[in-house]
Amino acid sequence: MNRKYRNAAILLAFGVVAVILPTFLIKAEIIDEYTAQILTLAGINAIIAMSLNLISGICGQLALGHAGFMAIGAYTAAVFTMKAGVPMPAAIISAGFVSAMFGFIIGFPTLKLSGDYLAIVTLGFGEIIRVVMTNLKGITGGAAGLKGVPNFTKDILAQPTVSFAIVTGTLVLVLAALTNFLNSSYGRAIISIREDPIAASSNGIPVFRYKMMAFTISAFIAGIAGGLYAFFFGYLNPTMFTFLKSVDFLIIVVLGGMGSITGTIIASYVLTYLQELLRFLKDYRLVIYPLILILIMLFRPKGLLGRAEFSFVALFDRIRKPKEVRK
Amino acid sequence: MSIGNEILQQIVNGVALGSIYALIALGYTMVYGIVRLINFAHGDILMVGAFGAYFVLVRFGLSPVSFVAAFVFSMVLSATFGIVIERLAYKPLRNAPRINALITAIGVSLILENGFRVLPFVGPNPRQFPTIKTVNLKIFDISVSNVQLIVVIVSIVLMLALNYIVMYTRTGKAMRAVSFDRKAASLMGIPTDLIISFTFGIGSVLAAAAGILFATAYPQVEPYMGIMPGLKAFIAAVLGGIGSIPGAMIGGYILGIAETMTKGFISSQLADAIAFGILIVILLAKPTGIMGKNVREKV
Repeated sequence: MNRKYRNAAILLAFGVVAVILPTFLIKAEIIDEYTAQILTLAGINAIIAMSLNLISGICGQLALGHAGFMAIGAYTAAVFTMKAGVPMPAAIISAGFVSAMFGFIIGFPTLKLSGDYLAIVTLGFGEIIRVVMTNLKGITGGAAGLKGVPNFTKDILAQPTVSFAIVTGTLVLVLAALTNFLNSSYGRAIISIREDPIAASSNGIPVFRYKMMAFTISAFIAGIAGGLYAFFFGYLNPTMFTFLKSVDFLIIVVLGGMGSITGTIIASYVLTYLQELLRFLKDYRLVIYPLILILIMLFRPKGLLGRAEFSFVALFDRIRKPKEVRK
Repeated sequence: MSIGNEILQQIVNGVALGSIYALIALGYTMVYGIVRLINFAHGDILMVGAFGAYFVLVRFGLSPVSFVAAFVFSMVLSATFGIVIERLAYKPLRNAPRINALITAIGVSLILENGFRVLPFVGPNPRQFPTIKTVNLKIFDISVSNVQLIVVIVSIVLMLALNYIVMYTRTGKAMRAVSFDRKAASLMGIPTDLIISFTFGIGSVLAAAAGILFATAYPQVEPYMGIMPGLKAFIAAVLGGIGSIPGAMIGGYILGIAETMTKGFISSQLADAIAFGILIVILLAKPTGIMGKNVREKV
């Protein structure tokens, strides 16, 4: 078998196993409902953190307003299903598109800036989105929140299984699409902007256009995750999408390694689980989180994986022919 | 009240609010000027200062003496916080990429907020800040409260003092030199680390004063009180031209007036969105701000 197809098959197998195995374990109640919920939430966090990593870690433009795109996605998906009766998958995809549209509109003026200024402006847009959501009472329910968003399934018993399968399935799809995108010439162009925008530009890469591309795709993914979030929780409130939420995702990205997609996924599972594990510390965990962030910045600024990626193909090779690899 | 008076009234309110923003913005702008770092924790230093004053005032009651003591205590407390934070968190990252320092600053900000929240004697709930009785003075139909007068006078005195320190003392000269070119200043024998600490200290002192004034004007203290004034003061600093001291003052006043105008004539809920809107417009139209210098990008 051709190596290319073999590698694709390995990845497909890993992806399918990652979705199906835990789904069966949850269905068989070996993994309890509580853990299943944590795993599902971690999946959603991973999708948004990946989207933030695309713009901040891979393209090198620090954005602090991703909770805003998530909010747009969540409200779009919820309102589309509740008021227009759009089926759920279509609602999630349209959440992505609406969010991407806002990403495009916001990115157009803001991506001319870079560095600290971009961080602050994206923060500003995130807050503006939240304020507007609070004031659009007719559509979003305002500060009281939007109640009665349908869940993934009406069957309460099947809920954890279905939620997990849908969220993790989406995660795998997004991961596959994103890694393919990053290995394409577009992806390399985006990486070159992070490395040195001036050199990239003098090599004929239209820097602004690629930044826009990365930002819009990032907003699209965050919107999709927002849609999943809406159906997972069944309730939305503008206070769920504050600046602090954006910082949560930033912590995930920084811990996993700015620029490492797989690192982000590992970090989001670790941190989401840790957050539950540290519940006994009550409010003290609010201090531990930022402390982790600072300690990483001081002692391991690259994060867990740095810019390296965890490779399933390499893992497979290692399992099959351990000696040959070590040689 | 006629519309003209209404506008004048909002300008008066805006100047009072703007002087607080200006005080905070000065800290941002000085720190940015000297280490090129957006000190996200600056708003929380304000909160530390407000809490310091709160405890003094609760313990010793309201009297002119305890008021002065509150000012002094909270300024010393905030300055200590500012200097320690700089030494522990920012100094090791001085040569790291700026994005790392920025993320660290966000972390420090969260630690201060959440740390104060879990402190047993602070807690998450807002507390009533002990404040003097408000008396409204009427000048041509425009009401000015004694609190507003105090806010404006105290901040002007502090700004004059800052101006004196920066422009007419040796330390001030050193600060300007370090912000102009840190390496060259160091080669000329200026103790740059000391000067940077001093800058953080001064910025924190101003933030503490702003915190007390803010808490007097809106009589409440809580661990997250610094976020919004901090962000708005940052906008003010950018508006005036980040790194420029007179710019921060002008920016503070403009932002304060813009905010009270929005609250008075458009909608109080949109005031925060308007502030960020101003930021975005400024960054797109003139990213260097009103008083900022143009820095050419070197290849």
